[in-house]
Amino acid sequence: MIAEIGLAALWLAAALAVLQMVSGAMALRVPEGEAAPLAIYTRPAAIVQAFLAVLAFFLLLYSFAVTDLSIKLVATNSHSMKPLIYKLTGTWGNHEGSMLLWVGVLAASGGLLAAFEKRLPERTMGATLAVQGFVALGFYAFLLLSSNPFERLPVPAVEGTGLNPLLQDIGLAIHPPTLYAGYVGLSVAFSLAMGALLTREVNPSFARAMRPWVLGAWVLLTLGITAGSFWAYYELGWGGWWFWDPVENASLMPWLAATALMHSVSVLAARDALRTWTIMLGVLAFSMSMLGTFLVRSGVLTSVHAFAVDPERGSFILALLGLYIGGAFTIFALRAGAVAEGKRFAATSREGALVFNNVMLSAILAIVLLGTLYPLLTEAFDVRVSVGPPYFNPASAIFAIPMLLVMAVGPLLRWRADKPARIQFEMLLIAAVLIGAIALVSFFGSYPFLPLLGLGLAPALAVAAVLPLRGRNLRRVPAATWGMVLAHFGVAVSLFGMACEGAFTQERLAAVAPGGTEQVGDFSVTLESVAPVAGPNWTAIEARLAVRQGDGEPVILSPQARNFWSPPQATSESALLTKWNGQLYAVIGNQAEDGRWQIRVWWKPFVTFIWYGGILIALGGVLAIAGRVRVDVKRRKAVKLGDARRADLEALGAAPVPAE
Amino acid sequence: MPRGGAEKEQGMKAKHQRLVLVVIAVLAIVGAGLLAAWSLRNQANYFYLPEQMASDPPEVGQAVRLGGMVQAGSIKTAADGVTVDFMVTGNTDAAIPVRYSGILPDLFVENSGVVAEGSLGPDGVFIATNLLAKHDENYVPKELEGMGTKEAAKMAADTTVGLD
Repeated sequence: MIAEIGLAALWLAAALAVLQMVSGAMALRVPEGEAAPLAIYTRPAAIVQAFLAVLAFFLLLYSFAVTDLSIKLVATNSHSMKPLIYKLTGTWGNHEGSMLLWVGVLAASGGLLAAFEKRLPERTMGATLAVQGFVALGFYAFLLLSSNPFERLPVPAVEGTGLNPLLQDIGLAIHPPTLYAGYVGLSVAFSLAMGALLTREVNPSFARAMRPWVLGAWVLLTLGITAGSFWAYYELGWGGWWFWDPVENASLMPWLAATALMHSVSVLAARDALRTWTIMLGVLAFSMSMLGTFLVRSGVLTSVHAFAVDPERGSFILALLGLYIGGAFTIFALRAGAVAEGKRFAATSREGALVFNNVMLSAILAIVLLGTLYPLLTEAFDVRVSVGPPYFNPASAIFAIPMLLVMAVGPLLRWRADKPARIQFEMLLIAAVLIGAIALVSFFGSYPFLPLLGLGLAPALAVAAVLPLRGRNLRRVPAATWGMVLAHFGVAVSLFGMACEGAFTQERLAAVAPGGTEQVGDFSVTLESVAPVAGPNWTAIEARLAVRQGDGEPVILSPQARNFWSPPQATSESALLTKWNGQLYAVIGNQAEDGRWQIRVWWKPFVTFIWYGGILIALGGVLAIAGRVRVDVKRRKAVKLGDARRADLEALGAAPVPAE
Repeated sequence: MPRGGAEKEQGMKAKHQRLVLVVIAVLAIVGAGLLAAWSLRNQANYFYLPEQMASDPPEVGQAVRLGGMVQAGSIKTAADGVTVDFMVTGNTDAAIPVRYSGILPDLFVENSGVVAEGSLGPDGVFIATNLLAKHDENYVPKELEGMGTKEAAKMAADTTVGLD
């Protein structure tokens, strides 16, 4: 019964999406201020639709929790013996469930927009919700016609076939929902951009309505990418933290576009400049979200994320992608000329720096996009290639380095126009830190070019990040500015981690007999014993490694080589020893014929800073949202007070007012 | 580039600012595209089957991928316990010797598909820096999909049943 209710909720939600689309479009046909007969249904339709789609998702979650084996999806992706937490996370560890999560978040954000956004003119709101309904409709159709998550089996299965063990991890509990919420948050930015474009309302008040959505989506994408990177680092057992895997790129591309959009929407809100540019980025950001979904969900890529899907679904998503992106760019091309030019600014101004970095972010996006799609293109001509770090690292660095340098000075510049001479001291200070750090590092050893440059840039950026606070009363700095400082400082922290990992990592690979000791960096690692262990749905070989730093007390690390039995698969569970200045990373391999065990140990100085930096960047975004919301609440209160006072005055107006 | 200054000068350049911005943005993106196209031609990692590598070997040191089947009885572990030598075969008799130092993938076994990333050494031994074997029972390295029918059938059997 549960599954049928879920399916019915989805069909009803799809019908409401049609209503939302039609009634929103009706609002466009009458001039602003007049009531359109059908338009009153737009907001309720969006809110009820959100409720139904979220309900459908929770019903599927429930079916997974109780392992209802009469549902095909549960039978093929779950197992009654699995721990409850992995039963629940398994809901989105498969194609249908993850698409339902996608649609649920899409509908929920549309509902939130309809319920709480009251600042925009009704016509713009109508057009925005119509576009949101149109996007939702396509994905309902995809879900209902080609990937029904509630499909029943003719005969209930006796037992489920289990979940890919790589996905049986707490990382899966947070990584996909966070990323999806980020992807889909951008759909609201897209709908708002289209709505503003259609009703010719591209102005600062539109930007202020769009900003929290962009910031929110960007924060979630940042957290999602950070969590995904850490998950790959400790779960895959290869010691790397970023592989330029197409699926990772699929999450990086919307982030790059969202970063550019977030900065440009702030300029539009504060300075009324960059109108068309903001709209363009709004379209681009959501296009990248959908492209990411297509790459991951269509089966054109082989990876742990592509849950063996059939090509029909790929064509369906590709058609949706073409429809939405093509349609959006057509409307953009037709209407962009009609958007009046915003306020102008000089090349050396804060706007100028932001535009420069927007262009650099777009260029990096182009590099990543082409590198990701190139293997797919050549495959059409039967040439098989893979594109990896030798391409991505230098090509993206060419644009990232000027971007980071401009990021250092941009916040110090004034709006509209500024003279570089005014910030001479700050620029000299940043340059001195940069050159000093590079000189210091190269004095102690020779390192590859990019990590060396990163080691110089990181302290320079850290200094530059706090410079905008110089000479200001810290207690009166707005929260949004603190957010910027924190996020830019986070970039420096993250860059420092990456550069240290690239420059200073030490590795030791050896076959060790029990009792044997190996040295890596400052640590001596002794293999004490190797023993079999068993978990709820796996068995494993576990090594006991005693790790001593210098003459210190030994710490026990237990890396495992696990064998899952449903489905049968082996994984390598790394063991981490975290110090304030880095991580020791150990994995155990196979046993050689003579009884020795393969041990691989890395010492990665400051590698943790990569993820600390990511968290700082996201926190900066949260601070910015909090600051904006506080200002908004204050403004609303002031407006209300003003209205009340005016009403009072009017009431008093009947009585004669004494002259002052 | 437009500059700030006298109102008159700004007025004169008013119409141009957007145009200039668009031109700069387009130039940068096209530049990125050209750079990408150029470096992809140089840096893309080409895929070789053993018979292709035997008849038309890549340059020594060039990063490529080699994909095929691990020949039965060819896996030998060196004295240090972490270096393995094995032969990779394809659709013909050609076999390429491969050397790899590191922890073998969990599902690396004889008569199973493997993709080796690395480069050809001057002595004709392929030095692998990374080995990709089947990840789980649904995963087949993409490059192995178009192998000969005989091999593909074998691959399919090997990769869907799981480990023995």
